[in-house]
Amino acid sequence: MTWVNAVVQGIMLGGLYSLFATGLSLIFGVMRVVNLAHGVFTILAAFLALVVVEHIGVNPLVALVIVVPLMFAIGYVLQRSLVNFTLGAGVLPPLLVTFGLAVVIENILLKVFSADSRGLDAGRIENISVRLTDWVAVGWLPLTIFLVAVFLLVTLQLFFDRTMFGRALRATSDDPGAAQLMAIDTRHLYAVAMGISLAIGGVAGVLLGVRTTFGPLDGSVLLIFAFEAVIIGGLGSMWGTLVGGVVLGIAQTIGAQLSPGWFQLSGHLVFLAVLAVRPTGLFARAGASE
Amino acid sequence: MSRQVGVERSTVASRWGAVVFAGGVAILAAAPFLFVTSVLRTLVQFFYLLALAQMWNLLAGYAGLVSIGQQAYVGIGAYALLAFTNNVGLNVFLSVFLAAVVAAVLSVPTAALLFRLRGGYFAIGTWVVAEVYRLLVANTQRLGGGSGATLAVAGIDRTVRENWTYWIAFAVGIGSVLLVYYLLRTRLGLALRAVRDRESAAQTLGIAVLQAKIQAYVLASTVCGLTGAVTYLSLLRLQPAATFSVNWTVFMIFAVVIGGIGTISGPIVGTIVYFLLQQYLADLGSIYLIILGTVAILVMLKAPRGLWGWVMETWNVRFFPVQLRVRTVEASGGGSGTGASSEPQPLHRGSIDK
Repeated sequence: MTWVNAVVQGIMLGGLYSLFATGLSLIFGVMRVVNLAHGVFTILAAFLALVVVEHIGVNPLVALVIVVPLMFAIGYVLQRSLVNFTLGAGVLPPLLVTFGLAVVIENILLKVFSADSRGLDAGRIENISVRLTDWVAVGWLPLTIFLVAVFLLVTLQLFFDRTMFGRALRATSDDPGAAQLMAIDTRHLYAVAMGISLAIGGVAGVLLGVRTTFGPLDGSVLLIFAFEAVIIGGLGSMWGTLVGGVVLGIAQTIGAQLSPGWFQLSGHLVFLAVLAVRPTGLFARAGASE
Repeated sequence: MSRQVGVERSTVASRWGAVVFAGGVAILAAAPFLFVTSVLRTLVQFFYLLALAQMWNLLAGYAGLVSIGQQAYVGIGAYALLAFTNNVGLNVFLSVFLAAVVAAVLSVPTAALLFRLRGGYFAIGTWVVAEVYRLLVANTQRLGGGSGATLAVAGIDRTVRENWTYWIAFAVGIGSVLLVYYLLRTRLGLALRAVRDRESAAQTLGIAVLQAKIQAYVLASTVCGLTGAVTYLSLLRLQPAATFSVNWTVFMIFAVVIGGIGTISGPIVGTIVYFLLQQYLADLGSIYLIILGTVAILVMLKAPRGLWGWVMETWNVRFFPVQLRVRTVEASGGGSGTGASSEPQPLHRGSIDK
């Protein structure tokens, strides 16, 4: 029964991973850029929530109301002031600039908050759980996080499919030049996309902080988890990302069940196995191979 | 008055540079007889950092591959050295070279997996691979597990060990520069530069793009493995978190970007700059890294060809010319052969992939 339990916990964890992954995948989909600072920004959001909680004394889930718009603003400004200038000159400039940014922010966090692990206390919800069977119980908190993740993914999918902005985004993704001819301001659009990406990262970061502890140096691991979820699921597919996150989560919890040191390693190995057997991912959209 | 057109590779700077380079190398080769131990240790550090920077430049500057996981091979080289020396009981200096073989052997299947990813995703993929190697080592108790191990060198005379460590590091550092210089003048080097400048055009000209990139990756990984072994021959104390630290790659990126990507002199300049900054600023800890990161971002945005690129543009000097250049020579007038009527223009300018 511990195995069933491990799988259930893995699914819950996977919801969170799919949130990390969605922001990364969105930016790649729109401007073919991999934001190497994505994980660090997720951690930054958790620390922002910590500051809000300490100063105002609200529940961290309420702090989302402040943190998420703030992350959107950071993303917008970041894109307009920095990342936009790296586009169009090959793969190197955006990678190196976002990597440099990750190093800078990580060390600023280290300087301000020290290397200690922190946590966000969401109160009673952390201790109550639902019994599925006599042996399997799911905490309300992981379940809520999972449901929030699914809800956000559905909302985003609808947003991209149904709205004018979503259409502009998809058009720019297909052909930025043609989109510009159709009077789409790509610089603004990229900035909004980065804002959305970091806002989702903000939700993910705060939920992560409530679920477990976090420290300034955890950003790189989150970036790797996000990336693995994207690749396992298949590029360009929102549902693939959810499945990718869940597969990664299950791999990790089952690995941890085998040996405590295998939590991360088993996730990585499943990722490499998918890469070896099915490099386009489990749910690749046709023509989204790049 | 007829004009003759000639093709040449060397420049005035490269001919004088070769003389200065040879002199410098001769002095450095004799360093164990000239300098005290602390100077030797500093030079060893400089050499292994230089080798790492050269290899990262070979990948990013010439093969168009951005890897943020080269620390994988630093760690593999270091731990292979540990395994051959401590567990098998071989001579520690012999083990350094066997460690390079291990890195080469492991880089081939790794490349087979990683080359399924492209661009930015390739970059994170290399990082995952480095993490996998780190976790595998950390879970292996015979290699010291997560807390690490120390290289068993108690049986070797201290002076002998330090001198030979120096000479191996010296050979690896200088050798890495010469290797890249030689490589770029071969067929593979020409292919790599073509791929970097425009991949699709190179492909239509019949260059086996993927093959060229894999060759560059395996070569760079082998040398990184060798360098990792040399590094820990000098440091002696191994620990998975430090040996497989992404900071190795942070350094490589910094040195190459600041110095000038896609040139051979660039990583040398970058390593010197990094080295000087480190001597004075390393005590600042995280502030030091904040400065490094900010400088790298600014260089990337404002002067993407780096310090050396700026020097080349301003004074037109090339110490390691790899491209053939056309120069016209006045046949009459009896000037010396190098009395060019026009400033020699490179056929190919070493630009970052545009």
